[in-house]
Amino acid sequence: MNLKSIAVAVGAAACAAVPWIITNDYFVNLASQILIYALLALSLNLLLGYGGMVSLGHAAFLGLTGYSTILLVMAGYDHLTTAILSVVFSTACGALFGLLALRASGIGFLMITLALGQIVWGIAYRANELTGGDNGITLPARPAPFGIDINSASNFYHFTLIVFAIALFCIWRLTRSPFGAALCGTRDQPRRMSMLGHNVWMIQWLTFVIASFWGSISGLLYIYYNLFMSPHAISLQQSAEALLMAILGGATTLSGPMIGAVIITIVKNVVSTYIERWNILLGLIFVIVILYMPRGLVPGCLQLWRSIQNRRKARTPDTKPASEPAA
Amino acid sequence: MTAPALEIARLNKRFGGLPATKDVSLMVMPGERRLIIGPNGAGKTTLFNLVTGDLTADSGSVKLFGQELIGMRTPDRVHRGLARTYQILTLFPRENLIHNVVLSLLGLDKLRWNPWAVLTGHRHLYEQARSALAQVGLADSAERVVAETSYGERRRLELAMALAQKPKVLLLDETLAGLSQGERQNVRELLDTIPRDVTIVMIEHDMDTALGFAERITLLHYGEVIVEGTRAEVVADPRTREVYLGD
Repeated sequence: MNLKSIAVAVGAAACAAVPWIITNDYFVNLASQILIYALLALSLNLLLGYGGMVSLGHAAFLGLTGYSTILLVMAGYDHLTTAILSVVFSTACGALFGLLALRASGIGFLMITLALGQIVWGIAYRANELTGGDNGITLPARPAPFGIDINSASNFYHFTLIVFAIALFCIWRLTRSPFGAALCGTRDQPRRMSMLGHNVWMIQWLTFVIASFWGSISGLLYIYYNLFMSPHAISLQQSAEALLMAILGGATTLSGPMIGAVIITIVKNVVSTYIERWNILLGLIFVIVILYMPRGLVPGCLQLWRSIQNRRKARTPDTKPASEPAA
Repeated sequence: MTAPALEIARLNKRFGGLPATKDVSLMVMPGERRLIIGPNGAGKTTLFNLVTGDLTADSGSVKLFGQELIGMRTPDRVHRGLARTYQILTLFPRENLIHNVVLSLLGLDKLRWNPWAVLTGHRHLYEQARSALAQVGLADSAERVVAETSYGERRRLELAMALAQKPKVLLLDETLAGLSQGERQNVRELLDTIPRDVTIVMIEHDMDTALGFAERITLLHYGEVIVEGTRAEVVADPRTREVYLGD
């Protein structure tokens, strides 16, 4: 077992132990929120960090799943059927959005995703009959997967952690897969990839669909956590925050969006109770990180660690005795 | 009768009012080594871009072993046996050399759609990639990051990526550009080792090296083919001296 595996095992054990270490329900719920946003940021990062596609409409998938879950439950469907149908519906919308957004690249792609996100937000805001408009709509109750009650903070946290762990493992596998390698290739040299026989458009579109799928899963967790959906949850600010999480932590890494989610969720929920203008603090953190670690916290810290190690090595005098001259 | 490896007929491309290629027609037979020459702006790279599908032709036809390529996307052309190198290096600078070649091999492998398998677990790809790197003399540099290699090594890597795909027709766009005399000689020797089942069309300005390599030469000028023939015929043609070689 190498050092990395040990670190992962310790991290996983620590995450599982959170409800027993932090007994305060508020902080356990906060940990659940972090996991939900981390999954949203991770799914967005497939587009941003691995695919080089900046999307400003990713929260739409969170909203599409949330609203459809509530509407289906209200229509009388059971939770399992609802969850499957909601995720399928949201992912199908992702497939359609991908078709539209990938007609452009760069700023064009960004603007189309922004427009699509705003369309979803606009429908949620205006379709009062269906979505409750600005007042939103509520989910009557949380599901009970395998008969387990997830209404308590600790049970819900563990439920979220299991879903998050499965998602993280799948995303980790994707980033190390041939498809993941091809995706990174299309980010760095799309023209070259095309000339190597890769269908760049299809790779990007499939990534869009996969990202929308995991975004939908985070939407499912979001609605189970909040039991309420309003247009605020899918606003431009939500999409921008997810983007910020990925960039702050380091979009080229798997752990970066998770670190970003931890920082932003804590600043938003905890620091905001002490500092009225918490947005300024968040902006300040972002500016400092981008100034000193332009690739984000995780790659920046790794680089810093390597340079410290190199300096140490350089300072250590060569203790090996000089070799004897040949006789 | 054997179908030509590459058959271009009345190929036209305009950039606004500027014709980049005008009714270009040429036929390259299987196994042939063809040299495309011409002054800067003659339309040589544009011609390659039209053949690969990087640019869309306004009119005309491009056939690979009798199969029409016009209207076909670039990856589909590659899957039919077309490969190229670029005048301006287009590699994956943050990755190591072997990963660059693996990406090339993946381009023709159905495995590229697999989002679950671990790439490094597919040893056959890495063995093939090492073999392609060995072919261009880069076996010992397989694990080095591209950004840390010399220009000459990057040129050879481009060639390894193209050769790894075992193409039927290989388009080389100024493969010798920017190389030292010694490196040119090395690459030239490397080109000589490419088997005859690979047809090569080459754009090159280094006439000393390229003339020795090519069997037939096509001279382009302002997007038009003005001279075509064997080495001796093209070099002896007064139009070649006038627009390209000089007196």
